[in-house]
Amino acid sequence: MNNVIEVNNLRKEFKAYSSRTGLKGAFRDLLTRNYKIVPAVNDINFSVKKGEMVGYIGENGAGKSTTIKMLTGILTPSSGEIVVNGMNPHKEREKFVQTIGVVFGQRSQLWWDIAVQESFRLLKKVYKVSDEDYNSHMSHVIHTLDIEPLLDKPVRKLSLGQRMRCELAAALIHNPPLLFLDEPTIGLDVLVKLKIREFLKEINEKYQTTILLTTHDLTDIEALCERVIMLDEGKVIYDGALKNLQEKWGEGKEIQFQFLEHVELSAVHSLTSEIPVKWDLDEKEQIFTATLEDNDEVISQVIAKLVAAIKIKDIKINETSTEEIIRNIYEKGAV
Amino acid sequence: MDKYLEMIRIRFLMMLAYRTNYYTGILIYSINIGAYYFLWSAIYGNKEQIVGLSVTQMTTYVAVSWMARAFYFNNLDREMALEIMEGKVAVELIRPYNYLGMKVMQGLGEGIFRLFFFSAPGLIIVYFVFPVKFTWDLSVWGLFAISILLSFFINTELNLLTGITTFFIYNNSGLIRAKRVVIDLFSGLLLPISFFPGWAQAVMKYLPFQGISYFPSMIVTKGFSQAQAIDAITQQFVWVILLFFPIQILWSLAKKQLIIQGG
Repeated sequence: MNNVIEVNNLRKEFKAYSSRTGLKGAFRDLLTRNYKIVPAVNDINFSVKKGEMVGYIGENGAGKSTTIKMLTGILTPSSGEIVVNGMNPHKEREKFVQTIGVVFGQRSQLWWDIAVQESFRLLKKVYKVSDEDYNSHMSHVIHTLDIEPLLDKPVRKLSLGQRMRCELAAALIHNPPLLFLDEPTIGLDVLVKLKIREFLKEINEKYQTTILLTTHDLTDIEALCERVIMLDEGKVIYDGALKNLQEKWGEGKEIQFQFLEHVELSAVHSLTSEIPVKWDLDEKEQIFTATLEDNDEVISQVIAKLVAAIKIKDIKINETSTEEIIRNIYEKGAV
Repeated sequence: MDKYLEMIRIRFLMMLAYRTNYYTGILIYSINIGAYYFLWSAIYGNKEQIVGLSVTQMTTYVAVSWMARAFYFNNLDREMALEIMEGKVAVELIRPYNYLGMKVMQGLGEGIFRLFFFSAPGLIIVYFVFPVKFTWDLSVWGLFAISILLSFFINTELNLLTGITTFFIYNNSGLIRAKRVVIDLFSGLLLPISFFPGWAQAVMKYLPFQGISYFPSMIVTKGFSQAQAIDAITQQFVWVILLFFPIQILWSLAKKQLIIQGG
């Protein structure tokens, strides 16, 4: 029963117009236009429990933003059912949005020409936040995000990182139990990213805030989310723990070698001929990469063989990164 | 209600953020009034009266209608079109308020700002420079106040209607420009309605435009008797109510087929 978000057979279709070619085509387009119905979100189901932080990932155009817009009550679903915070977002929009916070990384929700604190003040009135709640809650938020010195500056004079921190604070003025973040770290530097992540973790612990996060930066997901929902062409292709994904798809390990002398690829092949290992060579950097299963025995054998035969400049052992896993999944289009 | 009042305050701040706009605005209005004054004095020549208005009444009419315009005029349609085209409307829809109601409040904030910091000082300047004659009858000014408030609502409702059409036709800048010209002409801003040919006047009785500028200006220049003034205000009021319905219908249709542009 503790589900904050419940989505059943959710579907959103758009009409995609295509123009005909040439001048004649352009004139024909004046009268009738070709279009086809494209499902941006195609019968998806999922639910999110209170206090979860869920990463919602997918390629560009996979339908992430469309889903978020339906969950926040901006778009009307073509069919299917959504219950968020016990309400239908689109039907009871004004009451519903009182219970959520939203950050769109690519659009500002602060007023461009006026000082940040004026925007905050307006939002405080809009969300009907009492003075005490505002003071106790926001002074903490402002302190943690370190935006105190920015409050009296107009938004147009802030840098992207400064603005993003203010956006996040603005989304939290009414301390919503549910937070939607649509690419909150897009274009930010490492320090700001870290600060935002820390902050999100903190409010999640402190207030049990449920967070649904879309991003293309998988390090965000790794740092924050235990669970991911992966979307491809409008369909959910994976929904589960991030760890399982790594275990299932993290195919073994990689060892990178750089040698002091010039070595042919065939030479390393023959050295390790009886061990199950795949070799790749980066010609430009002269980096030899061995891909093999995650087995300590095998890894030691490969290293032993090579060290015995060739002088080594550098060795690195890598686990398959989440990024690679995700890339693999996208390329195959299924889990 | 608090939030709507706060919006008016924010709009004040936004107007103050761009001071140059404010000063050039005053300049443009004075030039306009001056140009019309010279145009009309040329047209009048030696004539005492045209269609029942003396040259002083005409000058006052021009001055008042431009100053009233500062109050009722706003660019809500263009702002809405921009917000919809750039996808910013998404942000407006995640806030717990009525989008159109908030827009009206923004317009009102802008209007009040201009009325006090723009029209009022402007009228004082005009009073000393041009031969205008204001009445000191308070009841006339009271009727005028009600009348321009209603003009504001009629004009704003028309703007909202034009703005909402952006949801259906994605680029409606042509429509917005056409609407502005139609309003300037048919509202009696450029030419009092009584100067139009008889058939045109008859048609305009059935349109909302004369409620925007002609009625309030005629009230203050005493071109209308008190009974006529009250009749005019009633007409304005009826239009405010009539225009409310198509807005609601279009808005609920628009929300259903809203597409957020640009991701």
